[in-house]
Amino acid sequence: MSDSAQAQVIRPPKVDRGVIGWIKQNLFPSWFSGILTVVLGYFIITSLISIIDWGILRANFVGSTAADCSGGGACWVFIGTRMDFFIYGFYPEAEHWRINLVYLVFGLIIVPQFFKAVSSRIKMILGIFGVTIFPIFAFVMIYGSETLGLTHVATSQWGGLTLTLILAYVGIVAAIPIGILLALGRRSDMPLVRALCVVFIEFWRGVPLITILFMASVMLPLFLPDGVTFDRLLRALIGITLFQSAYMAEVIRGGLQAIPKGQYEAAEAMGLGYWRSMGLIILPQALKIVIPGIVNTLISLFKDTTLVLVVGLFDLLRTVQATIVDPAWRNVATEGYVFAAFVFWVFCYGMSRYSQMLEEKLHTGHKR
Amino acid sequence: MRLSLRNDFMADKRSVRSGTFARLKNDPTIRSRTFQILTALVVVYFFWTIFQNTVDNMERRGISTGLGFLSSQAGFGIVMSLIPYNETMTYGRTFWVGLLNTLLVSSLGIFFATLIGFIVGIGRLSKNWLLSTMSAIFVDTFRNIPLLLQIFFWYFAVLRALPGPRDSIELWDMFFLNNRGAFLPSPVPEAGMNFVWFVLLAAIVGAVVLYRWARKRQDATGQLFPAIRVGIAMVVLIPAVVFLALGSPMSWDVPELRGFNFRGGISVIPELGALLLALTIYTAAFIAEIVRSGIQAVSHGQTEAASALGLKRGTTLRLVIIPQAMRVIVPPLTSQYLNLTKNSSLAVAIGYPDLVSVFMGTTLNQTGQAVEIVAITMLVYLTISLVISFLMNIYNKAMSLKER
Repeated sequence: MSDSAQAQVIRPPKVDRGVIGWIKQNLFPSWFSGILTVVLGYFIITSLISIIDWGILRANFVGSTAADCSGGGACWVFIGTRMDFFIYGFYPEAEHWRINLVYLVFGLIIVPQFFKAVSSRIKMILGIFGVTIFPIFAFVMIYGSETLGLTHVATSQWGGLTLTLILAYVGIVAAIPIGILLALGRRSDMPLVRALCVVFIEFWRGVPLITILFMASVMLPLFLPDGVTFDRLLRALIGITLFQSAYMAEVIRGGLQAIPKGQYEAAEAMGLGYWRSMGLIILPQALKIVIPGIVNTLISLFKDTTLVLVVGLFDLLRTVQATIVDPAWRNVATEGYVFAAFVFWVFCYGMSRYSQMLEEKLHTGHKR
Repeated sequence: MRLSLRNDFMADKRSVRSGTFARLKNDPTIRSRTFQILTALVVVYFFWTIFQNTVDNMERRGISTGLGFLSSQAGFGIVMSLIPYNETMTYGRTFWVGLLNTLLVSSLGIFFATLIGFIVGIGRLSKNWLLSTMSAIFVDTFRNIPLLLQIFFWYFAVLRALPGPRDSIELWDMFFLNNRGAFLPSPVPEAGMNFVWFVLLAAIVGAVVLYRWARKRQDATGQLFPAIRVGIAMVVLIPAVVFLALGSPMSWDVPELRGFNFRGGISVIPELGALLLALTIYTAAFIAEIVRSGIQAVSHGQTEAASALGLKRGTTLRLVIIPQAMRVIVPPLTSQYLNLTKNSSLAVAIGYPDLVSVFMGTTLNQTGQAVEIVAITMLVYLTISLVISFLMNIYNKAMSLKER
């Protein structure tokens, strides 16, 4: 072979590079896959066209009455006019600022947690504030207090997205400490304590939440002495907390089991008692491992709050259910559900991305 | 020597911490016993108070106790029942109707969710970009929307919004879909059908025997025999030939529009359809993630080793990847099955007559026997949970790594 032939630059085959190469490798790698691409592509394009046509092109966005929905597509006007009801429920309109203030403070607690520039000390102080003073503040603001001149608003008037968030927040804040105690109890050396915790956890995990809510609403009044009554919201909260704490206990137990035995022994060797060795050595490590698991529990709790509508509370889904049957509007069921689904999806997807991010960040060990 | 030192040390300690109380206080055994006795007392007191309060409250409200109500007449109709039921039957019967409906929707849901979940989970790992993206979107969408919302969507926005019986959507004049439900033709066996069933059973037994024989021969001689293909052919073809030879001893009861609704055939009420759709899709999204992570948990070296041995991609998947992935997949899959069964209780929100809706709903409202009914219902779910996890544990043990 001559030198000139060797010097010739052999260009890469065109079909393996660039857009065509990508299409060939990822959409038509084999004839079976190619057919799949064509069939799937056809369905995706046709359904996308009809969704865009319904949801955007022929939809109506501005207006205030059903007559403004003349396009034949989605009637987003309906969502806009009912937005206040979806967010605040039956909460008196003049008092909406109180809820808005709670949202603002909540935002001030949550938002800094996502920024790297904020020091971890401030984050921790905000976090502790969020689980101690903030719930009291929020309760006083939303429920009202005569001494502060805030009119009393009964819990039956709470509703919408606000109620959903209240249920989820109280559920998680109450379930974590109970869950920690149950998890410690399940790993205790004392047979009676262990047995009690196992029975408690397996009982609540074995029954559907809906039966627990039914139980809380029909049986709790029977359990209490005569004359003591519970608010309907409180009953649902007790049911949700008991249910979630059992799941939380199992998540935390996973973390406790992952801590090597040497840590327990080292804590004992230092002369620490049970509570101090748990509180100072074991739990800080265990909880760090299970943060993603706790967030996942929070996601399922957030979705489960919709179940309170069976005991007559007006959460976000119930407010949507109640408005879509309004005869003044033509069939708006789809719009209502799409809106509610979108709200829930944003919260849950956001939390699941956050948990994945934390998992990456907390993964300080070796990576494959 | 060592013993005496130890004794000295103990004596020393005793003299420092004077008094029997301090010694008892620091003895771990005594501490744990005291604590457990205290716990037991608190728990007993708690349940005793609840029991007393309940008895008092029920007496005051004139609620009778006991399970006697189960044998009194129910007096309400149930829209769907797998066993014969009418208003004159007892509350005990309503329990069984509800339980069977719960089991029906759970088992159908588990079947379809597993099927779709595996397809989507494997699809997510596909080299086809379109397929893997679509699978990822499916999972991320349906996992993050509350199940109850999905049930409502399918029920109120889709199935109840279908046209009425007169304008049904139909397929070949045999299948009908309208806002009253789906109507399918039902098979009516005629004389000779029993023989076909018998042949089918024999063919299945034959296929199993054939498979065992092929396995044994492969172990002994290494020769392959396409037992699965031949077996499927046996199970399908032999009964089909017998069926045709006997002159097709089966007719179809096709649903017909009479008056305002369809009569005849099998009808699927929209409540069941909506619940099944939502349960299937929601659970399938979770199962897909479990399947994906299970397959990814099998080390890549296994795939490389299999292709180094010259196995084809399909064979690698079937003989190398899936058996190992199943070990990772089965435990979380079990808990998804349990979740689906428990989630089927959301039926009460759209009025599908499951256990919670019929028994904990209507029966409780009519009789007022809250304690008994709630306890029975919870016991049923606990039993279902325990049975499913027991069966799955057996399977898990059979599949687990057998180290030699």
